[in-house]
Amino acid sequence: MRYLPLTNDDRAAMLATIGALSIDDLFVDVPAAARLDGPIADLPGHASELAVERHMGALARRSRAAGDGPFFLGAGAYRHHVPASVDHLIQRGEFLTAYTPYQPEIAQGTLQMLFEFQSQVARLLGTDVANASMYDGSTACWEAIVMARRITKRTKALLSTGLHPHYRSVARTMAKYTGDVLVDGDPTLEAGTDWAALADSVDKETSCVVVQYPDILGRIDDMTKLAETCQAAGALLIAVVTEPVALGLIKSPGEMGADIVVGEGQSLGVGLQFGGPYVGLFACKTKYVRQMPGRLCGETVDANGKRGFVLTLSTREQHIRREKATSNICTNSGLCALAFSIHMTLLGEAGLRQLAAINHGRAKLAAAELASIPGVSVLNGSFFNEFTLLLPTAARPVIHKLAEMDILGGVSLGRLYPDNAGLENGLVVAVTETVTEADIAAFAAALKEVLA
Amino acid sequence: MTALNRAGWRPEMNVAGGADDTTTFTGNRALMLEEALIFEIGGSETTGVDFDEAAPAADLGALARTAPIGLPGLSESETVRHYTRLSRQNYAIDLGLFPLGSCTMKHNPRLNEKVARMPGFADVHPLQPQETVQGAYAVIHELAEWLITLTGMHSVAMSPKAGAHGELCGILCIKAALEARGEDRRVILVPESAHGTNPATAAFAGFTVEDIPATEEGRVDLVALKARLGPDVAGVMITNPNTCGLFERDMKAISDAVHAAGGYVYCDGANFNAIVGRVRPGDLGVDAMHINLHKTFSTPHGGGGPGSGPVVLSEALAPFAPLPFVTKQGEVFRLIEEESAGEDHPQTFGRMTAFHGQMGMFTRALTYILSHGADGLKQVAEDAVLNANYVLRSLADVLDAPFAASGPCMHEALFSDKGLAEGFSTLDIAKGLIDEGYHPMTVYFPLVVHGAMLVEPTETESKAALDQFIGALRSIAMRAKNGDPALKAAPHFAPRARLDETLAARKPVLAWEG
Repeated sequence: MRYLPLTNDDRAAMLATIGALSIDDLFVDVPAAARLDGPIADLPGHASELAVERHMGALARRSRAAGDGPFFLGAGAYRHHVPASVDHLIQRGEFLTAYTPYQPEIAQGTLQMLFEFQSQVARLLGTDVANASMYDGSTACWEAIVMARRITKRTKALLSTGLHPHYRSVARTMAKYTGDVLVDGDPTLEAGTDWAALADSVDKETSCVVVQYPDILGRIDDMTKLAETCQAAGALLIAVVTEPVALGLIKSPGEMGADIVVGEGQSLGVGLQFGGPYVGLFACKTKYVRQMPGRLCGETVDANGKRGFVLTLSTREQHIRREKATSNICTNSGLCALAFSIHMTLLGEAGLRQLAAINHGRAKLAAAELASIPGVSVLNGSFFNEFTLLLPTAARPVIHKLAEMDILGGVSLGRLYPDNAGLENGLVVAVTETVTEADIAAFAAALKEVLA
Repeated sequence: MTALNRAGWRPEMNVAGGADDTTTFTGNRALMLEEALIFEIGGSETTGVDFDEAAPAADLGALARTAPIGLPGLSESETVRHYTRLSRQNYAIDLGLFPLGSCTMKHNPRLNEKVARMPGFADVHPLQPQETVQGAYAVIHELAEWLITLTGMHSVAMSPKAGAHGELCGILCIKAALEARGEDRRVILVPESAHGTNPATAAFAGFTVEDIPATEEGRVDLVALKARLGPDVAGVMITNPNTCGLFERDMKAISDAVHAAGGYVYCDGANFNAIVGRVRPGDLGVDAMHINLHKTFSTPHGGGGPGSGPVVLSEALAPFAPLPFVTKQGEVFRLIEEESAGEDHPQTFGRMTAFHGQMGMFTRALTYILSHGADGLKQVAEDAVLNANYVLRSLADVLDAPFAASGPCMHEALFSDKGLAEGFSTLDIAKGLIDEGYHPMTVYFPLVVHGAMLVEPTETESKAALDQFIGALRSIAMRAKNGDPALKAAPHFAPRARLDETLAARKPVLAWEG
């Protein structure tokens, strides 16, 4: 077996050192009834690299990759071009096969990277501080709601109807068991957000208001007034960003007064990966830092006075505080955070702004072309690189017909809100820099044909 | 570089107590290279990405971003150099033995990386029409079947994103099952030796946590546990093999007692590597157990994640498993989401995460499993246990091994700081190992042993590698017993000396403020 270096001679010599007669002697504490003598029945034996690659390659070819043709899906996961150097660098063994940096003297590479990542995320989201990452955007969103409860000592969270339905489902699942009260609902097909109505609902029991920016239908709005309303009522404004590239072009939530900003960082460096692993972004104002979940990296000095970095403020965390920790989270999404950080470094401020502008321009082009199809209109008053099309018919069957024509034409609201027939004509379309003008033309022609 | 690396090494700085007193202009030491922050070397106009078109004009009114963001950019050449230099300040499995107990730092096969990057896995969107992602569903389903078979359990929830998230999944299944029975049990029992995530998870889900006492030989005290069981106890969370490196001999009896009292058994599967292919948790009465794919099934740890924590479930808890999940109907794979759950899975506790879990980890874990096969996986457990016992018995004469008398260990060897010279501690041994070219073992965990040192060599180490490690640790243990003052200042040869963690926590600097 190519990954197991011990030889039978080694094993015999080691058993002799231990004073055991056979390997079974080392498993004596396992009750006989639970001990298996041979390999588990009905499972195949070991296989060569060639055979495994052949098997997995055959499975991989049974899916239609996004890059194989026109592709317009978003709704929380976006396809951007990732520079070749990102994947090369994250595969350096010293990053790939390192552990959590608990021994900082020999983990400065990971720690400095995390410090840079935290700094980049805080600046992008417009906040003071960011942590070293969470599992993904949806779990970061729930953690933000719990954090707001801890800070305000109130339990009612108002969720915008524009919040990603999966994020809302995660919060609902958890709230069922924690006693938190969620006020939420499905979006309505309107050009603008529900934020003004949300502001009217904030009261003395409200711990936080959660808005997504851009929201699930692609709408963008100014949250300044909502932030002021929240803060006047002693509640926190939590902003969720699922497409961080947007922040190269539009104001950050922090700039507009959000107290906690969480997000999904997958857009930068990580790729689609069928939903995971992704990288949750978590940022807030400095005054709330001791209520944050997750790992934090901080600057310090070593015994010789040299600058160095360590994991810090760990008295918030489960390995120190156990049941009194701010969260049960242990791992962060280290390697994905690295990919995000490298991609962001390659872009730099100028590159990010240009990338964002190209995305927006391409989306405007697509929106105009698709809206010229008879019976089709664009819902949004404004958008970044994603918008909602209203079709004259249910979007879900249309998506399947488009797929037969090798066009992956977006995410139907029927898929996201299966119980809400009022939304079934909605189709969420994302257009990034990876989409060509020819792709847009092909999509428009196919949609026209399907709807005819 | 001096000006850039303001707080770094400077030529005028006399490195007292270091390996030697020579200094350089750059602060570098030949191949040991200092590296400034991107904020010190990058610029707002510099970029490593070219676009084919100019930025089109946007009309976003008041929402348009006008103020500078403050993000530095580097050219590609600078970027590659920056991160390559940073990487060289890390220890990693690729460099040597990484004996971090309970973390299972085994070799990460590169075939797994290659497979995970196949476009049919890496470049597919989680919300694509189901007919276009059959291959991706097939991977999830095939891995699920392996996990069910290897653990002897009824079913598996694949979506949890990491070990602690898997714990949450199991605990929520227990909550939902109790709710379905109409019972309000509020207490989860957790042994003191448990990972911190266990009590944190139970509390996060709204349970009260109480300790289970341990016996002197480092196992759960069955008599005390039985005495505590009752109508308020929802369940227990037990790690098996436990964090003292011992198999819980009474596991079946524990399960039977908990079940008889109306509770459920959660098993922390962090240490599954010791028993994979040799013992099925399903035969021990477990109701739920997470499997850290990044431990037992070798998906890379990546400097702290991503993890992946599928949870295998008993028949009693399976109806409550989270959404979504993949089923196979004939030759077609189907994703069961919210809309179809009503008919197929009405008792689900809901969704834990957006999308379907850590696909990139599933492809790697399945590749690893197929490479080993049933025979190879059994060998994994045997060699992991053999290597740990070899370390335990080879060092028991110089380091106190508190539970060595109670029999063989499983995949990790536990030592304490008993017998070290006055003023010397586990931390000194750990830092001494760094100078010898090793990552230290897990230290000060589990909490039940004073100055704990938990060594998990894993099965991917050769006998020669183990012999050298044993020699190094023996040498350091002798130095700690003899009170060698040089050990107190270790590490001497690492990129940094001991770092001031108190300062970091007292005056937190968590982001670049330049």
